[in-house]
Amino acid sequence: MLAAIAFYAMAATAIVSAFAVISARNPVHSVLFLILTFFSAAGLFVLMGAEFLAMLLVVVYVGAVAVLFLFVVMMLDVDFVELRQGFLNYLPVGALVALALFAELGLVASAAGQAGAGRAALSLGGPGEVTNAEAIGRVLYTDYLLVFQLAGLILFVAMLGAIVLTLRHRPGVKRQDIAKQVGRRRSEGVELKDVRPGQGIV
Amino acid sequence: MSDLIYSLSWAQPELWLAGFALAGALVGAWVKDRGAGLLSGAGCLVLIVAGVLAFQFQPRTAQTLFGGALVIDAYAGVAKALIALSAAATLWLGADHFRRTNEQRFELPVLTVLAVLGMFIMASANDLITLYVGVELQSLAAYVLAAWRRDDAKSSEAGLKYFVLGAISSGLLLFGASYIYGFTGSLRFADIAAAAPAGGVGVTFGLVLLLCGLAFKVSAAPFHMWTPDVYEGAPTPITAFFAAAPKLAALVLIGRVLYGPFAELTPQWGQVIAALAALSMAVGAVAALLQTNLKRLMAYSSIANMGFALMPLASGDPAGLTAALLYMAIYLPTTIGVFALIVALRRDGRAAEEIDDLAGLAARRPFMAALFTILMFSLAGIPPLAGFWGKWVVFMAAVRGELVWLAIVGGIAAVIAAAYYLRVLAAIWFKPGGAALQAPSATAMTVAFIGAALSFPILVLALGWLERVANTAVGASF
Amino acid sequence: MNALIEDFGPVWGFWLGVGQILAIMVMLLLTLAFILLFDRKVWAAVMMRKGPNVVGPFGLLQSFADFLKFVFKEIIIPAGANKTVFILAPLITFTLAFAAWAVVPWAPGWVIADLNVGILYLFAISSLGVYGIIMGGWASNSKYPFLGGLRSAAQMVSYEVSIGFIIITVLLLVGSMNLTDIVNHQRAGIGAWNAFAWPTVFVMFPMFVIFFISALAETNRPPFDLPEAEAELVAGYQVEYSSTPYLLFMIGEYLSIVLMCAMMSILFLGGWHAPWGPVENPFFAFGILYFKIWVCFFFFAMVKAIVPRYRYDQLMRLGWKVLLPTSLAAVALIAGWVAYGRPSLPLTGLGG
Repeated sequence: MLAAIAFYAMAATAIVSAFAVISARNPVHSVLFLILTFFSAAGLFVLMGAEFLAMLLVVVYVGAVAVLFLFVVMMLDVDFVELRQGFLNYLPVGALVALALFAELGLVASAAGQAGAGRAALSLGGPGEVTNAEAIGRVLYTDYLLVFQLAGLILFVAMLGAIVLTLRHRPGVKRQDIAKQVGRRRSEGVELKDVRPGQGIV
Repeated sequence: MSDLIYSLSWAQPELWLAGFALAGALVGAWVKDRGAGLLSGAGCLVLIVAGVLAFQFQPRTAQTLFGGALVIDAYAGVAKALIALSAAATLWLGADHFRRTNEQRFELPVLTVLAVLGMFIMASANDLITLYVGVELQSLAAYVLAAWRRDDAKSSEAGLKYFVLGAISSGLLLFGASYIYGFTGSLRFADIAAAAPAGGVGVTFGLVLLLCGLAFKVSAAPFHMWTPDVYEGAPTPITAFFAAAPKLAALVLIGRVLYGPFAELTPQWGQVIAALAALSMAVGAVAALLQTNLKRLMAYSSIANMGFALMPLASGDPAGLTAALLYMAIYLPTTIGVFALIVALRRDGRAAEEIDDLAGLAARRPFMAALFTILMFSLAGIPPLAGFWGKWVVFMAAVRGELVWLAIVGGIAAVIAAAYYLRVLAAIWFKPGGAALQAPSATAMTVAFIGAALSFPILVLALGWLERVANTAVGASF
Repeated sequence: MNALIEDFGPVWGFWLGVGQILAIMVMLLLTLAFILLFDRKVWAAVMMRKGPNVVGPFGLLQSFADFLKFVFKEIIIPAGANKTVFILAPLITFTLAFAAWAVVPWAPGWVIADLNVGILYLFAISSLGVYGIIMGGWASNSKYPFLGGLRSAAQMVSYEVSIGFIIITVLLLVGSMNLTDIVNHQRAGIGAWNAFAWPTVFVMFPMFVIFFISALAETNRPPFDLPEAEAELVAGYQVEYSSTPYLLFMIGEYLSIVLMCAMMSILFLGGWHAPWGPVENPFFAFGILYFKIWVCFFFFAMVKAIVPRYRYDQLMRLGWKVLLPTSLAAVALIAGWVAYGRPSLPLTGLGG
C-alpha cells in the first residue's frame, strides 16, 4: 500500500516536473525541475530495490552534473523572451515527432504482448542474496570489462576535446608557482646594504 | 582470468592504440606542442603497426573475446588494416599541414589514434553495447577534430553541426538497439541471430532505427545533411581523415550487423539498404553538379560513393559484402589522394579550394595536374583505372543479386558524376591561368602520388589478390 | 522504522518511529546551540578574548537568545528576487542537513534507517548541500550573492571528488557500505580504527587528514569560506537573507559541519567504539560517539581561529592538483593491498 502510494507520487512528480523542464519560462527553473525529475527517478529506483543506482543517480547527476548545468545556465546571459520566440512554430513538428514515438511505443507494447519481449532477461544477481552494489560490480568488472574500459576512453576523449577546444595559453599571465615560492632562499630575497648615517640608499 | 589473458593477446592492435593514446597524452602534457611532430610520427608508426598486426595475425576461425563482447576474424582484420593505413596517411598529411600553418598541437595524433581505436572496435563489435561504444569513441574524437581550427567560424560550425546531428543519430542508434534488446532479450549478436526471426515487428523497428543511426555515420542520403558543411569547414587533412577511415569502419559495421545477427531478416533490411543506396547515389551525383568549392564537391562525391558501396549489400548475399569491401579498398586511396592535392593547393598562405583556383594548373604545375587527372578519372570510373574496376565489381554484384533497377540507377548516377569530375579537369587543363599557387608541400604530394599510383596501376594489377583477400575474409566470417 | 513496525504493530510502531526521529532532531538542535557557543568560545580563547558571557551562566544561553532574535525579526525579501527560489533555498539547506542524519548510527541499533548503501546516501546528501547556496545566491538577484553562489558551486564540486575517493578507500577496507558495518569493523580498539590500523596507517592517516581538509571546503568553513568571504563578498550568498531564512541557512550550515564530524568519527575514528575495545551498552556508546564529534568539532573551530583564508586559485589548486591525485593514489594503494596484500580475509567477489 505504502509502496504503491510512494510509486504514484514519485512517478507523477517525475512526469510533471519533466514537463515543467521544457515549459518553464526561466531556464534556471528548468534546471531546477530537471533536478526534481532526477530526484523522483532516484526515488523510483529505491522502490524497485535498486538503491545503489538510486544513490549513483543522486551523486552523479544531481550532485555534480546538474550543478554544472545550473552553473552554466546562471552564467549565460540569454534573452529568454527572444529564445522563446518561434517556440510555437516548432510545436507542430515536435508534437508530430512525439506522436510518432508514442505510436511506436504503443505498437511495440502490443507486439510485446504477443511475442513476449525480454524473455531472457539479464540476471544480475548470482546465487544467494547479494547487494546490488556487489551484483553490479560482479558483472561490470568481468563480463563488461571491455565496455567499461572503453567508456573510460570515451571520457578521456571528452576531456581532451574540452582542453583542445577551449584552453588558451595567454602570455604574460602571472601564475603562482608554489615550488618556486617554497624554494626561494633568503639570499635571493634580501640584500644587506651598509647605509651611512644621513645619506640613505642611492 | 584466462579468458582475459587470452583476449588481451588477440586484442594487441587495440592495446597498441590505447597505449599510444594514453602515453601520448601524458608525454604531450609534459613536452607541450614542441613534441607534436615527433608524436605524430610515432602515431603514424603505431597505426601502421596496429594495422599490420591486425592483418597479419588473424585466427583461423572467428574468436570471441572478452566474454563475447568482441570478435576477431578475417573480415575485421582486413577492415582494420585498411582503416589503420588510411588513418596513418591522413595523420601524416595533417601533421605536415599543421606544422606549415603553425597550428601544431600534440592532441592531433592522440585524438586520431583514439578515433581509430573506436573504428577498430566497430569493426570487431560483437554485441550492441560494444557497437555503440565503438561508434561513440570514433564520433566523439571526430567532433573535436572537426572543430580543430577553433578560432575559425567555419571550423567551429563544422564541429558543432557534426556534434548536434551526430548526437541525434546516436540517439536513433540507441533507441533501435534498445528495441532489439527488448525483443530478443540479449545484447550478444549470436543470441540476437537466434531470436531475431521470431522477434516480429519490434526487431524490425529496432533494426531500421539502428540502420538510420549507422547510415548517418556513412553519410548515406537522407542522413547526409551534415557532410558538405563538415567537409568544407574542417581543416582539409581532417576532412581527408573523415572521408576515408570512418566511412569504411561504419560500412564494415553495417555489414557485420546485417550479415551477422540479422542475416535471416534480409527481406526486411534489403529494401532499406537499397533505398539508402539509390538515394545516396542520386543526391550525391545531382547536388555535386552545383558546387563550386572542391571540398563540398568531394563531400557529395563521397555521398555518392557510399551509395555505390551500399548497393551490393542490398542483395543480402555474402558476395555483395565482398564487393563492398573491395570497392572501399579501391576508393580509399583515391579519395585520400584527392584530398592531399587539395591540401597542397595554397595561395598566399591560405587554402585555395575553389574550382576556379585550379585554372591554369596544367601549365604551371603539370605534375600536380597529372595526379589530379589520374585520381579524378579513377573516381569517375574511367577504364582502365582502379575506380572503374571498383564500380564494375559492385554493379556485377548488384546484378547477380537481382537488383537490376538499382544497378541502372547507379549507372545513371555514375554518368552524371563523371560530368562534375570532368568539370574539375576542364578547369585544370583548359581554363586560362589565374594567380600563381604556392609550391606544394612535399608530404602532400607524396601522399597524392601514392594515392594515384594505387589507383593506377598498382591496385589494378593487384586486383586479383585483393579480391581473394576480401573473398576469404568474408567467406571465413559469414 | 520497519523493525519497529514489526515489533510494535503498524500504529504504535509508526508513532514510535516518528518519536525516534523527533528525539534525534531535538537532540541535534540542542547540540547545535551549544556547539555554536563552543565555536565562539574557542575562537575567542585563541584571540585571548572572553567570548559570549552575558546571557546565562558563562553565556550558555547565548545561542537561544540569538535564536529568538532571528525568529522575531522581519523577513525581508528583495524586490528583484525570485521569490519562490529565494525562500526555497534556506529550506533546502535546512532539510538536507537534517535528512542526512537518518542513516547515522549513534549506538548499536540506534539508527533511524539502516541502509546498506548508507555511506553513499550520506555522500549524496552532502553533495546536495550546494543547491541551497547556489539557489540562494542566484535568487537574491544581486552581484555578491551570485558570485558567492558560483564560487561555492565550483568549490564544493571540486572537493566532493576527493571526498568520494577517500570514502572509497574506507569502503575497500571494510567491504561494506553500511555504516553500522563500518563502525563494527573498527571494534577492536584504536589499533583497528581505520585511521590508525596497521599497516594501512601510512595511507589512511593522511587520508583522514585530507578528509578533514575536504570537509572544511565542503562545508564552506574557514579557511575555505570563500562563498561568504566577508572581506570581498560582504557575506556572499547570505547578503540578502535576514531573520528566519538566515537562521535556517545558519542551522543547515552548522548541522552539516557536525555531520562531517560524525562522518569523520564513524569512518576513521571507530564510531561508537572506545579506544580500548568494543562497546555494547548503547548509552555509553552514544556518549563516546558524541564525545568524538565534539573533539572533531574542536579541530574545525581551531582551524577557523588559526588559519587565514585561501585565495580562490589556491583553493582550486589544492583541490585538483594536490588532494585529488593523492586520494586517487591512495585508492590504488588500498585496492592493491586489499586484493593482494591483506592476509586472512577470503577474496569474495573476485571469483567469477
